[in-house]
Order: sequence, then C-alpha cells, then structure tokens
Amino acid sequence: MLKDITLGQYFPGETVIHKLDPRTKILVMLAYIVVTFCVKNFYGYIALAAFVVVCVALSKIPPIFVIKGLRPIMVFIIITALFNLFLTSGTVVWQFGVLKITYEGIRFAVFMVLRLTFLILGTSLLTLTTSPISLTDGMETLLSPFAKIGLPAHELSMMMSIALRFIPTLMEETDKIMKAQAARGADFDSGNILSRAKAMIPILIPLFISAFRRADELATAMECRCYGVTENRTSLHELKFQKRDVGATIAFLVLVAVVAAINFIPSK
Amino acid sequence: MDNIIRTENLCFNYTDDETGETTCVLKDISLEIKRGEFIAVLGHNGSGKSTFAKHLNAILIPTSGKVWVGDIDTSDEKRLYDIRKMVGMVFQNPDNQMVANIVEDDVAFAPENLGVPREEIRKRVDTALAAVNMSEFAMHAPHMLSGGQKQRVAIAGVLAMEPEIIVLDEPTAMLDPNGRREIIETVKRLNKEKNMTVVMITHYMEEAVEADRVIVIDNGKIEMDAPPIEVFPKVEKMKSLGLDTPQATELAFLLKKNGFDIDSNVLSVGECADKIEQLWKRVMTND
Ligand SMILES: Nc1ncnc2c1ncn2[C@@H]1O[C@H](COP(=O)(O)OP(=O)(O)OP(=O)(O)O)[C@@H](O)[C@H]1O
Ligand SMILES: [Mg+2]
Repeated sequence: MLKDITLGQYFPGETVIHKLDPRTKILVMLAYIVVTFCVKNFYGYIALAAFVVVCVALSKIPPIFVIKGLRPIMVFIIITALFNLFLTSGTVVWQFGVLKITYEGIRFAVFMVLRLTFLILGTSLLTLTTSPISLTDGMETLLSPFAKIGLPAHELSMMMSIALRFIPTLMEETDKIMKAQAARGADFDSGNILSRAKAMIPILIPLFISAFRRADELATAMECRCYGVTENRTSLHELKFQKRDVGATIAFLVLVAVVAAINFIPSK
Repeated sequence: MDNIIRTENLCFNYTDDETGETTCVLKDISLEIKRGEFIAVLGHNGSGKSTFAKHLNAILIPTSGKVWVGDIDTSDEKRLYDIRKMVGMVFQNPDNQMVANIVEDDVAFAPENLGVPREEIRKRVDTALAAVNMSEFAMHAPHMLSGGQKQRVAIAGVLAMEPEIIVLDEPTAMLDPNGRREIIETVKRLNKEKNMTVVMITHYMEEAVEADRVIVIDNGKIEMDAPPIEVFPKVEKMKSLGLDTPQATELAFLLKKNGFDIDSNVLSVGECADKIEQLWKRVMTND
C-alpha cells in the first residue's frame, strides 16, 4: 500500500523530457510554481493543464502514475479546501447553523484545489523524469555560486540524494513493520484519529531506530569509499545545455505569456 | 611473496561512556597477510572480528601496537586516504552501503570522491561492473535488485577505487543461498583471476573452506591461524570456541571417534565420501 506513493520517485525513460538538463528542469519548475500562484482565473488553469498534459505525454509516463502522486497529500488538499469553503466571508449561498458557504468560499476552495493539484503534478513531473543523481547534480551546480558565501551546496545535494535513495528502502521497511504488527493484532484502520495515531507509535519507534542504525552504517561505508578526500570532486555525468533546453525554455515562456494574457480576461 | 598487511601486537580497548569501564576487544594480535591471499576470519558473536576488520583500513586505530598497510602505518593521519583507497571494505547490509539510486552512479561514488577524471571514472565503472557480472544492470535502481545482486554492486563500488585488498565483513549474512553462492563465486574469481587479496569474515563454514587460510578469533585473541584442512578437523576445539565445522568434516570426525579407522582430514562432501568408500573396502577385504 505504501508502495503506491509515487511522490519523489523516478520513472526511468529516454524521452526529451527525461533528457533535458536538470538545471533547465529545476529552474522551469521553480518558475512554474510561481506561475501556479499567479493564475487569477479558470482559463489560466486550462493553460496550465494543457502545459502539464503535453509534458506528461512527451515524458511517456502513464498518466495514472502521475496522478497517484496526489494521493499522499489528498487529505491536506481536502482540509485546505474545507477551510476555504466554510471560513470565507461574502455572499452566502447556503447556511446551516454556524456553517455557511459563500460564493467567494466556493471560488477560493476550487482555486486552492486546482493550485495545489497543479503544484504537485508539476513538481512530481520533475522528480519522475529526473534521476535523483542528475537532480542533485543540477541543484549542486545551480547552488555552487553561493558556495562562496558559505552555502554548503555539495552537502545539501548529497543529503537530498541520500534522502531520495532511502525513500524506497524505508517504505519497504515500514510496510514490513506494519505487517508484523498487524499479524500480532495491531489495528491501523479503525478508531478515531487519536487511537490511530497511537497505533502508529509501535511503527515509528522501530523505524527510527533502524533509520539511525542505517545512517551510522552508511556514514562508515561512505568514509570507506573516500568521501570527503578532496574538494575537487569529479562527476560521472557532465551537465551540458543542449538545443532541447532552449526549446523547453521557450515553450515555458509561451506558457507564462499565455497565463499573463489570460489574467487580464475578467472572470465570471 | 610480500606482505600487504602486517599487524604487530595490535590491541584495541573500548571505553564505555557511561560506566567508564574499559574493555579489551582485541588483544595482542600479530599477523601477516600476503599479497594475493584469500583469508577467512571466523569467531563467534562479539569475538572482535568486525573490530579487527575496521583496523585494516584505519576506521579504527590501535590503542597500542601497530597496523601496516603496504608500508603505511594506519595511525598516520596524513596517509588516511591512501589506506582507504588500498583497502576496500564491504559490509553486511548492502542497502546501507549504497548512496545512489542508479547502480552505475553508486559504483562511480568512490572514484568521484577521489577526483578521478570523467573518462577514467567511466572506464573504472564499466570494469568494476563487469568484474562482478553486473554490467547489464548498470542503469537499474538498487532497490529493484536481489540481495546477492545488491551485494555484488557493493563489491563493484569498492573495486572502482582499484584497491589492492578487499575486506568483507559477513557479506553473505543477509542473503539467501543463491545470493551467498553468487558472492562467494565473485570473491573467489577476484582472488584467482585478478590476484586480489581477500579478507572475508563469515559465519558459514562452507565459505571458509574455500579460503587459503583461516584465522579464528576468540575473545579478541587469535586462537588458530592455518589452512582450512588443518583448522576444521579439530572439531572439538572448534566446538569449544563456539564454532561449527563443515558437515562432512564433522561426519568423518564422529566416525573416527566411534572407533572407525578413517582419516578425518576432509572438508568437502566428495572427500568424505571417498574416505568412507576406502574404509568400506578395507572392512570388506578384512572380512
Ligand atoms: N563502539 C562500540 N560500542 C560498544 N561496544 C563495542 C564497540 N566496539 C566494540 N564493542 C564490543 O566489542 C566486542 C566485539 O565486537 P565486534 O563487533 O568486533 O564483534 P564481531 O566478532 O564482529 O561480532 P559479530 O559476529 O556479532 O559481528 C563486542 O562485545 C562489542 O560489544
Ligand atoms: Mg561483526
């Protein structure tokens, strides 16, 4: 069940999207996040949707796989939507005691859902199409100018890549622990939130202990492989901007232009 | 043949932070390891095998005594990385030794750390993966591999440093029988074909039998240091150290103990069967 979580996972492939320079993808993704927050009306989301659909199609990742990335944060999206729905003041559409839904509330809630959905879809597309190593290589190169002012660019990217490397391992382990506890009668699916949270404790403790042990062993193994010998680390991969990176940037700028133009269309 | 590792009265004490008590984990270990040797290290749990292994690449420094790798004293901090580069180390849990999400990136980790130029890294990665028969998995994600495959990637990861000796701390402990066979065959091949010096800690006697030399550590001291054929037939001594012997050796030993006139210096099932056959023939002709 935990294996269904696709957020942060890499889906190997040989498509244009996969082959884009990670720096291009990271920068475009950051700009894309900004764009999702700048969209002012529903047409803008249609433009975003078109952009995401084209990217997914080009990347040849099964759409269902991308959508599954939304599952782990579904609860968060729903809660945010509910808050917006009930707590926005304005023209009342429906009222029951203290609960009221306003026209503005509906509008905000829908916007919030769309915004978060596109945010996650876009960012998960980055991790789905970029191998963690090239992702961190890209991050490291982008951050390296800041290393001069004391930003530990390499360390940050190393931490990132190790975190990503251990996601599947720790998930497998969580699954194993949950099954072991369930076999002894633990119940994770019933009761109220509090009792469910309590049921998680016997999972989290062994998980943490094992994570610390793993971290310790990994540190030793890395030392044994000469991690930290030289400042001038080399890399198996070379980052080079290609024509396709220019193409991708132009395509994205078109999206920005379209969204900006659409923002002038009055909604309603 | 020259010695690649030499220890002289190696002692290691461990001080408990809370009680302040000092325990002696390794006591007065002096030995020499020759280039190209395949050594198995045996000992029951907590006897100090891992602690010994960690002295071979300067993860631990002796409390007293000396360890030399080539002609480098491991307590010489300036040469730390020369030592690490010469002595590759593989651990029990393959999952906890991998840093990257793609096999070839993981293998490239050590040469990247050493600042090896890109074309050279490429060559080393390809050679290392070929040496452990994992070339076709270069682009796979480690968590999709079997235990034996992961452990072979871990071995490739240290081979990419081009070490002169590899130390394996119970590399097969977490593997199924297939995985175990893969690892032992890989290690034996590296030893035979590339003349790699191998020090392998193991709990499996069937694996130790493959070595040129067996070192038995008990309670931080070397109890035995001899070829397998001299170590294993001492079944009672091994039992007293909390160790098993290969089943074939034990069978021959028990036959002898029960009054049969059999040569109990055997290690494999085949040898044991031969001896029993000889015994049988002798018994038949005497009748
Ligand atoms: N850092 C440490 N903290 C606590 N105890 C330690 C430490 N290092 C060594 N020891 C103790 O030293 C002894 C030897 O440990 P070591 O791990 O070398 O044994 P081992 O022969 O590898 O055992 P195993 O077969 O279980 O791997 C153990 O009793 C262990 O408790
Ligand atoms: Mg050990």
